Amino acid sequence: MIELKEISKKFGDTQAVKQVSFSVAREETLVLLGTSGCGKTTTLKMINRLIEPDAGQILINNENIIDEDPDVLRKGIGYVMQNIGLFPHYTIAENIALVPKLLKWDKAKIVSRTQELIEKLHLPESTLTMYPHELSGGQQQRVGLARALITDPSVLLMDEPFGALDNVTRTSIQKEFKALEELKRKTIVMVTHDVLEAFELADRICLMDKGEVVQIGTPKELLYQPTNDFAKRFLAGQKLILEFKVVNIQDIWTYLPQEIVHRGETETADLSIWEAMELLRNKDRSELFISGPNKAIKSINFEQLTSGFNQYQNAQHHE
Amino acid sequence: MNEQQQTLWQFMSGQSDKLLSQTLQHGGLTFISLILAIAIGLPLGILIARKRKLSGMVLGIAGVLQTIPSIALLGFMIPVLGIGAKPAIVALLIYALLPIIRNTYTGIIGIDLHVKEAARAMGMSKGQILLKVELPLAMPVILAGIRTATVINVGVATLASFIAAGGLGEFIFGGISLNNTNMILAGAIPAALLAIILDALLSLVQKTDVKKLRKGLYIFPVIILVLGGFYALPSAYGSTLTAGFTPEFMGRQDGDLGLKSTYGLKIHTIVISDAVMYKAAYAKELDVISGYSTDGRLKAFDLKILKDDKNIFPPYYAAPIVRDEALKQFPELEKTLNLLSGKITDSIMTDLNYRTDYLHQQPERVARDFLISKGLYKAPKNGHKGTVRIGSKIFGEQYILAEMYSMLIKGNTQYAVATKTGLGGTKICFDALMNDQIDFYPEYTGTGLLVLLQPNPKIAKEMAHDKEKTYNYVSTEFEKKFKIKWLKPIGFNNSYALMMRQKQSKELNVNTITDLKNYLDKN
Ligand SMILES: Nc1ncnc2c1ncn2[C@@H]1O[C@H](COP(=O)(O)OP(=O)(O)OP(=O)(O)O)[C@@H](O)[C@H]1O
Ligand SMILES: [Mg+2]
Repeated sequence: MIELKEISKKFGDTQAVKQVSFSVAREETLVLLGTSGCGKTTTLKMINRLIEPDAGQILINNENIIDEDPDVLRKGIGYVMQNIGLFPHYTIAENIALVPKLLKWDKAKIVSRTQELIEKLHLPESTLTMYPHELSGGQQQRVGLARALITDPSVLLMDEPFGALDNVTRTSIQKEFKALEELKRKTIVMVTHDVLEAFELADRICLMDKGEVVQIGTPKELLYQPTNDFAKRFLAGQKLILEFKVVNIQDIWTYLPQEIVHRGETETADLSIWEAMELLRNKDRSELFISGPNKAIKSINFEQLTSGFNQYQNAQHHE
Repeated sequence: MNEQQQTLWQFMSGQSDKLLSQTLQHGGLTFISLILAIAIGLPLGILIARKRKLSGMVLGIAGVLQTIPSIALLGFMIPVLGIGAKPAIVALLIYALLPIIRNTYTGIIGIDLHVKEAARAMGMSKGQILLKVELPLAMPVILAGIRTATVINVGVATLASFIAAGGLGEFIFGGISLNNTNMILAGAIPAALLAIILDALLSLVQKTDVKKLRKGLYIFPVIILVLGGFYALPSAYGSTLTAGFTPEFMGRQDGDLGLKSTYGLKIHTIVISDAVMYKAAYAKELDVISGYSTDGRLKAFDLKILKDDKNIFPPYYAAPIVRDEALKQFPELEKTLNLLSGKITDSIMTDLNYRTDYLHQQPERVARDFLISKGLYKAPKNGHKGTVRIGSKIFGEQYILAEMYSMLIKGNTQYAVATKTGLGGTKICFDALMNDQIDFYPEYTGTGLLVLLQPNPKIAKEMAHDKEKTYNYVSTEFEKKFKIKWLKPIGFNNSYALMMRQKQSKELNVNTITDLKNYLDKN
């Protein structure tokens, strides 16, 4: 769907991006992860030609984007900016309707689509007639998202879409975001420097350093098969929580107690260790019933969960 | 003073026709130049915001243009654009350009870069970004620039009367030359009101919220166009020849009033400043002008004096007028100033004027050469017994006389000298004298009589044709009324004169004012 081939970009003496190649499959979410200044934004902006690369090619749907009119290309790609970038002289409704107006949609269609989006994004209707400075940072970020989504583009580029938020708000928006049906149908390239966010939202992660790709892979691959020291060190700080998030019940199935017979409600084995722990704690339940492969059902409590996880870990490290 | 008998209100209502047309001209000049300045400045500002490399040069040039003194700029325009509305509008346009270009530029480059990038990222074209993002966001700053330009233009437009473009300057400068406070106020008050009202209107536009501003963007040029439309370019010439008279000449009995009553002269007349009048005649913009008989530019621009066959321009003496106080304070002053009395005849004065006006010699050099030739020059004594302050009006002859007096005082007394030359018209000079800003300046008996004393018309008429009588009358009256003394006449006579280009005078066979009248009646 999106393919970057040996893309490089220099600003004066700074090599911002160096020989970056990756491809993003249809409906996949690829997260560009790395420290500040490693070239994430630059890479992203080259995909909608806000920046032109010095060398290399970018293909979208097998077409070289250099052959397209940049304005047309950009109208077809949703873009969420690192700094939100709403127009201060436009109301929220006008900000959201920007691209459809450029595309000359009729009014009724714009209104109904706007309505649909602000509901999905939990924006109060009253904000529509306000100006950006009258909204909170989180609300503004949602408006930025709505503006990018309104034409339902198949490609979405997002530059630290939750960057300006506090931790609590960010976690809740991330959850809402993940749950949005609309986004599951899109090919997304998202930038973040937040490891947890990357693990939360990515299908695959592209880890970058000093303008170069360090490693591309699923969160699990990054965690358990880091290709070099940088990759290892980058995740070291939050290793345990990442592992809880990456490993699911399915993975540790064999290390869990015997199957039982149970007729009540069950959880799926897709549940991550982290989510299972949260359930066990929040719902004041002492045990969870999980339905695994072949409709087998197992019952687990907190001790059994941690012990199963530990055995799995040992097995991974001995591979 | 006499004019106080007539209130400002009476003056304004008596002259309401003129007042209205001058105000409309004034507004028209301001607006037309403003529209043009916006039409040029806005795109230029946008251009240099795109190509920053050009910004230094463009802003630099506009800045330099703005520092050119307005009178000088108007003067430069005459050879290229003639006189009247055209050069005035161009000059105003030039002054309005800088604030508009600069504010458009700073307004656009001051816009949040993220907002501009967002516009690009959403797929807006360059034109859409300009119209929907950059201009609306920069509009408050641009409007501030237009506001500045408007206020500047209302002010500078008063000078348009110098080159016959009309406007409230006609009253203001006419009033200054004619010592008529009401006339000055009748011009100055509407001009100030115009500036205040326009500024307030624009600030209102500026303050309305961003939303409405977008509509204002389109309303604004419409308003300007409508107001600009008030200004009709000077109406078609009513006669085959055009006269240019100074504001002072227009209001004097020994000027335009006399030409009308005594000769019955009907000629299309425009008001113009002394400074550019000769040049305009030379450049064939004007055919007949009012000048001084001793003016050096007569020779310089190859002009001919039309004979005053009905004697409405009586000759007047030139003499220094001194405050009595100053004579007391500087006991040797009178004797020293009188050294010059009777030394300069008409032809000498014309020649001296010619040397400054045409040969462009410094008045100081001309003065010294003359004093040396008469054996009056003495090296300065560099004394410190007080400072005598000399004033002069703003034309060549007065500069030369001021220099001569300065040299005489320095060479013959222990006083130091300070010169305050170029004091506008008669009123400014005389007010400076009355208010103890200067100690003396050279004045003409006719001006003293008709402009400063303004006796009732009967006395004036009876007096004005005899230079001895005039001298005696002003001497006694000035002493009584103002405590100012007329010293002995310098010798030359100065009077008004009508002039034409030599060539044209020959072609039309017009040699006297009566010839002129007959020619005009026939054509
Ligand atoms: N327009 C520019 N002109 C000059 N240098 C630039 C420009 N844009 C980016 N750079 C440089 O290129 C490098 C990569 O910048 P980039 O914005 O891509 O980093 P980033 O990974 O997005 O960082 P952050 O997480 O802080 O947003 C940096 O060293 C930056 O200083
Ligand atoms: Mg960035």
